[in-house]
Amino acid sequence: MLKINSISKSFGGRPVIEGISGEFQKGKTNLIIGSSGTGKSVLLKCIVGLITPDEGNVFYDLRNFTEADKEMKAEIRREIGMLFQGGALFDSKTVESNVMFPLDVLTEMQVDEKLDRVNTCLQRVGLENVNKKMPSEISGGMKKRVGIARAIVNSPNYLFCDEPNSGLDPQTAILIDDLIGEITHEADITTIVVTHDMNSVMGIGEQIMFLYKGRKLWEGSNQEITNSGVPELDDFVFSNKVMQQMRNHS
Amino acid sequence: MTGFGQYILFLGTLVVRMESFKTYYKLTLEECVQIGVNSAWLVALVSSFMGAVTTVQTAYNMVSPLIPRYVISQVVREMTVLELAPTIIAVIFAGKVGSSMAGGIGTMRITEQIDALEVMGINSASYLGVPRILASLLMYPLLVVVAGICSMAAGYIVGGITGIITPTDYIYGIRFYFDDYSVTFAMIKSFVFAFLISSISSFKGYYTYGGALEVGISTTAAVTTSVIAVLSADYLLAQLLYVR
Repeated sequence: MLKINSISKSFGGRPVIEGISGEFQKGKTNLIIGSSGTGKSVLLKCIVGLITPDEGNVFYDLRNFTEADKEMKAEIRREIGMLFQGGALFDSKTVESNVMFPLDVLTEMQVDEKLDRVNTCLQRVGLENVNKKMPSEISGGMKKRVGIARAIVNSPNYLFCDEPNSGLDPQTAILIDDLIGEITHEADITTIVVTHDMNSVMGIGEQIMFLYKGRKLWEGSNQEITNSGVPELDDFVFSNKVMQQMRNHS
Repeated sequence: MTGFGQYILFLGTLVVRMESFKTYYKLTLEECVQIGVNSAWLVALVSSFMGAVTTVQTAYNMVSPLIPRYVISQVVREMTVLELAPTIIAVIFAGKVGSSMAGGIGTMRITEQIDALEVMGINSASYLGVPRILASLLMYPLLVVVAGICSMAAGYIVGGITGIITPTDYIYGIRFYFDDYSVTFAMIKSFVFAFLISSISSFKGYYTYGGALEVGISTTAAVTTSVIAVLSADYLLAQLLYVR
């Protein structure tokens, strides 16, 4: 389980997120949603430690990450897998080397063991015969899948995904969403996905946190989101034409 | 001053929470190929022209018949060993290798590759900076040696072809009153320049924020700052190490 307590962050005196608290459950796909510029990515970066919050704490299974020393932070980070918006694959390395990278630097595994693990992860995300390709030689959807394979190769306890299906066609986006959901349940890990895509919300949003102008306005599941009674959330959810039609039909 | 303070802090982060020796060894070897082998032809070309031009210019300016011809190669030797090889090649090195370092690391920053390293618990500054600095410290002195040899060899060839100086006189001048401390001095300068160029370029790349435009700005800043640092260090080292 991952818990955040009153997280606030300002840039140049302008508050971006203010007093956000919440719990993200293990074995569930937890979503942080909201319009662009509401502070979703900043909150995620505060959680993984890429940005230090001005106030508040992040607890990884009761371990205070925000106030931990460098060694403790490094230890917790070794339990983290993260999929970045653009994939963040290392340009100079092949797909295989990218996925193997966390094993190279964080483990003492033998080469054969590492290769087995890499192939297992690549197969899990539906990629075969791409081991020797460079990131520039594969499509955007494949890059995301390689990114997922790299994120899970070290068997993390926590998986973070920053807009995993941005820039993808709808079919590939659903494929990526499903993959994240399946991996979360299979490995029983705590997954947090930042998104503004309603397909993801309705598809894999088991627990959802809605941010509006840097504050948490609502929390619930995808079953409850259409009846939240929060006007700002309704504006966000039903900004999509398909969702509008669904509402009109019901 | 803020930038200088940030640079000192960056140097400090290079040596904390380091990865295993094996990791740095592999990365350093890769960087040695990038930095050393891939720069050798350019260094050889530039230094050959430097040696040839120095020979011709020195001969052109020696109008007195009382000055022996072997002084030409003596001048070529002194200029090459003391300044042209370590300092001018440092400017070339900053332009080729420094810009590549800053551009590469800067691109990694804006495409979240550095964030990916940090999330994995890796000290990204150390992981990216240390191999580049080590490889520069290993390869730059070798490049300076290559530059010195090519420069003096080019002077020999051009002097012979044009008839400015006979091969015998040239070799005599090269060996005449040779002080091997010049080579020691050149090597000390090489290590200092290699460290300055690689660390400044890594620093500029590491603190790139924004997009492609900012990567370009960082790359330019890396080259200009490195060159200024090299020239300043050149003067300081001359004062410190070459006072008789």
